[in-house]
Amino acid sequence: MSETLKDTLNKIQTELKCQVKTESDRRITITIPDKLILTKVAEYLKSIGFDHVKSVTGIDYPEQEKFEVVYHISSYSDLNLAKIIVAVRVSTSYKDPSIPSLYNIFESVWTGERETYEMLGIRFEGHPDLRRLFLDEDFEGVYPLRKSFKIKTEGVFVDKPA
Amino acid sequence: MTSQPENELQQKLLASTGMSVEIVPIQGELNVGPQHPGSGHMRIFVKLNGDIIEDVDLDVGYVHRAVEKLSENRNYIHLIPLVERPAILDSIHMNLGYIMAVEKILGVDVPERAQYLRSFAAEVNRIASHLYGLGILAIFLGHSTGFMWGFGDREVWVTILEALTGARVTNSYVIPGGVRRDITQEIKEMTLKAISYQRKRLEDWKKIFFYNPSVRARLENVGVMSKENAIKWGAVGPNLRASGVYYDVRKIEPYAAYDKLDFEIPVYKEGDGLARGLVRLEEIEQSMRILEQIIKNIPEGNILSDRFFKQIPPTRLKKYWETYRRVVMPGYYASFRPPKGEAISRVEAGRGELVYYVISDGSSKPYRLRMITPSYRLIYVFKELCKGARYADLVSIYGSLDYFPPEADR
Repeated sequence: MSETLKDTLNKIQTELKCQVKTESDRRITITIPDKLILTKVAEYLKSIGFDHVKSVTGIDYPEQEKFEVVYHISSYSDLNLAKIIVAVRVSTSYKDPSIPSLYNIFESVWTGERETYEMLGIRFEGHPDLRRLFLDEDFEGVYPLRKSFKIKTEGVFVDKPA
Repeated sequence: MTSQPENELQQKLLASTGMSVEIVPIQGELNVGPQHPGSGHMRIFVKLNGDIIEDVDLDVGYVHRAVEKLSENRNYIHLIPLVERPAILDSIHMNLGYIMAVEKILGVDVPERAQYLRSFAAEVNRIASHLYGLGILAIFLGHSTGFMWGFGDREVWVTILEALTGARVTNSYVIPGGVRRDITQEIKEMTLKAISYQRKRLEDWKKIFFYNPSVRARLENVGVMSKENAIKWGAVGPNLRASGVYYDVRKIEPYAAYDKLDFEIPVYKEGDGLARGLVRLEEIEQSMRILEQIIKNIPEGNILSDRFFKQIPPTRLKKYWETYRRVVMPGYYASFRPPKGEAISRVEAGRGELVYYVISDGSSKPYRLRMITPSYRLIYVFKELCKGARYADLVSIYGSLDYFPPEADR
């Protein structure tokens, strides 16, 4: 791990009070306590050469009544940083499911944030085109990737005739 | 949008010849698709000004089948056929990426022979996938011969996969801890034959397709993606490498047997449709180099991790492993419960980087499975690339990106 990256991670840990965990020299997890500083963390990461977001994942935790959004950030231009994937985790409550969009910092979140909005109902404040992406236009009211959405399944075993 | 400086240059050139381009001030909107040879399973809503595309709205989701939701309701092993369906012509890679993430959670080691076999199957699949992509690019440009050549050549490689895995398209070849079947001498000979055939054909491909003036006219300087834009928009795979970015997961984070194999990554700096096609053509050549090395150097040994191999009953081992060199599924696979944890894996699929993010809560089903396919990340690239292009170039941009709608929709 290079010195600039270590410095930045230290800064994120001490200044912004984020929890930084280094799983291996290729995987880093940053857990953000407050969603308002998400853009600051992203700006720090961008300034040292992380230039694109690989995936935006929304996870539903119904027991804790919260959603977690995970951004996986990596680099194309810097070959050393390209080996690393940084997971930035931020949570938001059921009551007000919204987090600031990273579109202004990483344009590549466009698809991911739009899909997370559609599938989980998390609003990304500042996303330029927050519309439905994959589902039908008349697919109303429910968010399919929430755990409360149950799929109707057919049993494997057919009932015996009476 | 992005070609603003070029437009100025064009204007200057035109002015020096005494000609000028007048854009007819007619604005309109066009629906391409959803079932159109030029759109695939997708509706492209084009806003036009004259014949310049001002904006496109990609209406995707016509083949959406909710793999991520279904995965929360199925056991890990039952998910293999589901995750490989989205890119049916690149199923080995889809399968491999998912299994690598599961293996990371399980903490399983994979024997070396199985690693080589994974690379072998993946490279054969990559060639087949690229030939499909080139064939589709040809038919988009109205070049029917190229289409038939692509699909004809692909047949050779699909037959090898069929001999290796037992299935033509949805192979389900990679399983946690190893692979299902061993390679035989016949398959090795078949592959060497196919390589010498394909080498000759690649020369013909260049003559009939890439050196063809009308094809060049449709592809050269069309849909130019600069290096900065490619990085900013998060492009993947051959499209990224055609824009001058050296990025390939096989080199950055080697998986399977790629750290022991010698190959190069073709990188072009032009970033236009022709460069994207040529990158694929050269990757076919590199894949064949890898195949030759694997056939030469493949180590002896088991193809399934000992941890699972020991669980197979001896009578079944004798019947299947010793006679057909085939693995029977050990009972552990039926509904195993991996420990709590999460894993992210990336592989270089035919169309580019494929990311799987699996979260396990200790039950027999994944708590959340995130699947980021290469075409999914091309949605935004395609949208941005079309802005400012001519309407007639829409299909050549689309074809040169090798965008595959079912893969994006998942």
